[in-house]
Amino acid sequence: MNVGIVIFPGSNCDQDLYRAFKKFNPNKVEFLWHKISKLPKGLDVCAIPGGFSFGDYLRTGAIASRSPIIRAIVEFANSGGFVLGICNGFQILCECGLLPGVLIRNQSTRFICKDQELMICNRDPLFTSLYQKNAKVSFPIAHHDGNYLVDPSTHQLLLDNNQIAFKYLKQNPNGSIGDIAGVYSKNHRVLGLMPHPERRVDSKIGGCDGEPLFKNICQGPYY
Amino acid sequence: MIFSAKIVDIELARSHGLTDDEYNSILNLINRKPTITELGVFSAMWNEHCSYKSTKKWLRTLPTKGSKVICGPGENAGIIDIGDGDALVFKIESHNHPSYIDPFQGSATGVGGILRDIFTMGARPIATMNALSFGCKDKKKVTHLLSEVIKGIGSYGNSFGVPNLGGELRFDESYEGNCLVNVFAAGLVKSNKIFYSGATSTNLPVVYLGAKTGRDGIGGATMASSEFISEKEAERPAVQIGDPFMEKCLLEACLELMEAEAVISIQDMGAAGLTCSAVEMAGKGKLGMILDLNKVPTRESEMHAYEMMLSESQERMLMTLKPGKEKIARAIFKKWDLDFAIVGKTIKEDRFKVFHNSNLEVDLPLQALSTMSPEYDRKWRINQNHIKTPSIQKYNLQPLKCLTALLSSPNYSSRKIIWEQFDHMVMANTVRPPGSNAGVIRIPETNKAIACSLDCTPRYCSQDPHLGGKQAVTEGFRNLIITGASPLAITNNLNFGNPEKTDVMGQIVGCIQGISEASIALDLPVVSGNVSLYNETDGIPILATPTIGTVGLIKSIDDLILIKATTTDCLYLIGDNPGHLGQSSLLREILGISGKKAGPAPEIEFSKELDAAKLINELNAEKKIVGGHDISDGGLMLATAEICILNNLGIKIDASESDICWLFGEDQGLYLLVCEEKNQIDLEQAARRLQIPCQKLGTFGEKLIEIGNDQIPVSELKKLHETGLDHFFSASV
Repeated sequence: MNVGIVIFPGSNCDQDLYRAFKKFNPNKVEFLWHKISKLPKGLDVCAIPGGFSFGDYLRTGAIASRSPIIRAIVEFANSGGFVLGICNGFQILCECGLLPGVLIRNQSTRFICKDQELMICNRDPLFTSLYQKNAKVSFPIAHHDGNYLVDPSTHQLLLDNNQIAFKYLKQNPNGSIGDIAGVYSKNHRVLGLMPHPERRVDSKIGGCDGEPLFKNICQGPYY
Repeated sequence: MIFSAKIVDIELARSHGLTDDEYNSILNLINRKPTITELGVFSAMWNEHCSYKSTKKWLRTLPTKGSKVICGPGENAGIIDIGDGDALVFKIESHNHPSYIDPFQGSATGVGGILRDIFTMGARPIATMNALSFGCKDKKKVTHLLSEVIKGIGSYGNSFGVPNLGGELRFDESYEGNCLVNVFAAGLVKSNKIFYSGATSTNLPVVYLGAKTGRDGIGGATMASSEFISEKEAERPAVQIGDPFMEKCLLEACLELMEAEAVISIQDMGAAGLTCSAVEMAGKGKLGMILDLNKVPTRESEMHAYEMMLSESQERMLMTLKPGKEKIARAIFKKWDLDFAIVGKTIKEDRFKVFHNSNLEVDLPLQALSTMSPEYDRKWRINQNHIKTPSIQKYNLQPLKCLTALLSSPNYSSRKIIWEQFDHMVMANTVRPPGSNAGVIRIPETNKAIACSLDCTPRYCSQDPHLGGKQAVTEGFRNLIITGASPLAITNNLNFGNPEKTDVMGQIVGCIQGISEASIALDLPVVSGNVSLYNETDGIPILATPTIGTVGLIKSIDDLILIKATTTDCLYLIGDNPGHLGQSSLLREILGISGKKAGPAPEIEFSKELDAAKLINELNAEKKIVGGHDISDGGLMLATAEICILNNLGIKIDASESDICWLFGEDQGLYLLVCEEKNQIDLEQAARRLQIPCQKLGTFGEKLIEIGNDQIPVSELKKLHETGLDHFFSASV
């Protein structure tokens, strides 16, 4: 697999994401600067890391979603490329329309950073097939705007198409509809999630619950 | 707003915070009346905040050297060698006055300022912490200040992308009109890739980097050098506005520029902005400097030279560039969409010349500006207090009730609701979340870790400054020892009232002497620091608050000691505990007895501290302990309950009402150690060998915390403990 990690000014989880991919020996991991309007040839996966792209002083992800690289990523996804967006990356994917819904301010109005228990809602061959179905995992969350919102009919569609990737267990930390923590695109090639699996790939730093996700992306199965 | 230049006279000098003597020495120095901009430059360089004029004499006495010290005080931050070619850059700095006026922006820019200090030296920041002090009487005001300060710190650090490892928080009425916001940051650099601020030769291009200059924060350093008078609130000058996004871009651009070997020297524009950074840069290189203000990127029109020289707009840097590297440098800054302008050059002549619209607005002797700031030997007196610790017999205190009250009080309840608002895990090197004995961050790509702790017990410092200074350093030492780290060095943030008052000056002198003594005894050189004076409102000073930041190295993450225990593990008290109640939190929080009436602060014995450290190191190396906790405020009972709450365990402590002093006394040098049942004898023998008192307190059980015949389920105590600060954050708008 050839992986590209997008860097916006204000991205701050790009190095963590790089290390998480690197651990599972993909063919190549490279950084992609936000000003490029053409993705490198042979790219298989495009990952958008967490952070505060362009400061996120407007609606989160709003400015980044209008940058040259995002236009290229939309094309890439539409022609079948894999896209992963974590935290700010998820917000950007919603803003640019690759994923349904929006992420609004947490219900508490506070930024929240903690370990969060999640459920893997279905085993997806591109991303989550190395977990058991309905497996419980713990990933950190760290966001101010993670409250996922879609209208009821879209929510029903997400359920019907198995598009819900992760759900918050125990206490919903941000007020997100249906406890949704991450969603797939309709064709299941684009995944966005608020929690940070890239911070859980080391037994000495909080545990390895994120490893199967990166291993799956780098090594398959893809069916 | 258009600046109107006023006539320079002694009145105007006074309004700039200069004394008549200081103004006269300016006249003598330059043999003429200064221009308005020159007056501004002098006021910026000679105010307390930048010149340390009241404390210099005493700061010089601090021990700053050591085998691990690469760079001591005087640069943007201190640096120590942590082995394998790595160095740790760290410093603590206050942003007290701005945080009281505008708690969100004040605290945010405090974080921004200290982060720039770190990456100016070539280091990537890897951790921040903060020590916060607030009032307690005006609930509405305190709620506003606290919640906004937390938001401000979070908004800056979270966006910049550096983990916040927690710190300390206290409430006391002395901070009612002067909250304290002390921010610590640490960064990593290769020891052969460190950058300093001094320019090295003449004719080097002086480059301005980062954000544009506006009118914000003009006179900020002068503000930080005077007392608040409540009815004059409206006259307070504007606080700076922070932009963490800009700072993140500046960080990346600066590190790229350094990597490209284009930088000779670099200095951030902090207090007194362009003035202070230019003078320091040239001054350290024994050079002069010419600046052309028409080249400075501005974001407001018709700015006067005075405003540009004194602006404290954030996220700016000044740098001397290697000749011939302009093109590379410009390209890097263009990539990050940041301003980059060559605004001057270094010169041989000892002059600081500033041109604006072709007028020579400043023409001053540079070395004099840089080195001849006033120095005062202010009168000081340490009030000796001979009042005995009050007797508590008549109060019939019930231990469990005292414990519950302490654990749920704002001063001792869980800080979780605060550190959950900070991204403490970004960069994926945070070994454990905050809430432990010290913050622990792994050194990337290694199995080593850095431990850091912020400590101070202001009520001890106010009562007995010398002892309080010693205690602050020693508590930091203990926090690192019980984390499994070797303590290496300290940074200090000295927060006091008005130094022109002999009692306050006595606190400053006493605390510095105490810090020195502990720093020598425990081999912890002081490598950086900051002084914040005039923390007074309407003549009432804050408690003496010399915050100490201690850093240490954990050679292997596997050696980390946590506040950890499981059922059937045994709890031991290490050290001598006669039950010293003077200045204790029991007296203060439960009985409302504080200040002189609360008697003497507890003594420190360095030999005992070193022995206990040796014991813990030994037991940890042999894997004989499961966990541990230092004992500080609230004595052994509070520390025991904290272990229980963190691990959802119970314990029975054999004690009664007559043991209040033993349970809640604050004798120094004490630890709690947790060991498995099978290691009890080894632990006891090791302690006996080093002649350290060692007492088994109990065995951890499942649910109940019991003191004598009284009991409470740990779940209940945990709930009280973890909701103690909720009311500050419930009305979030």
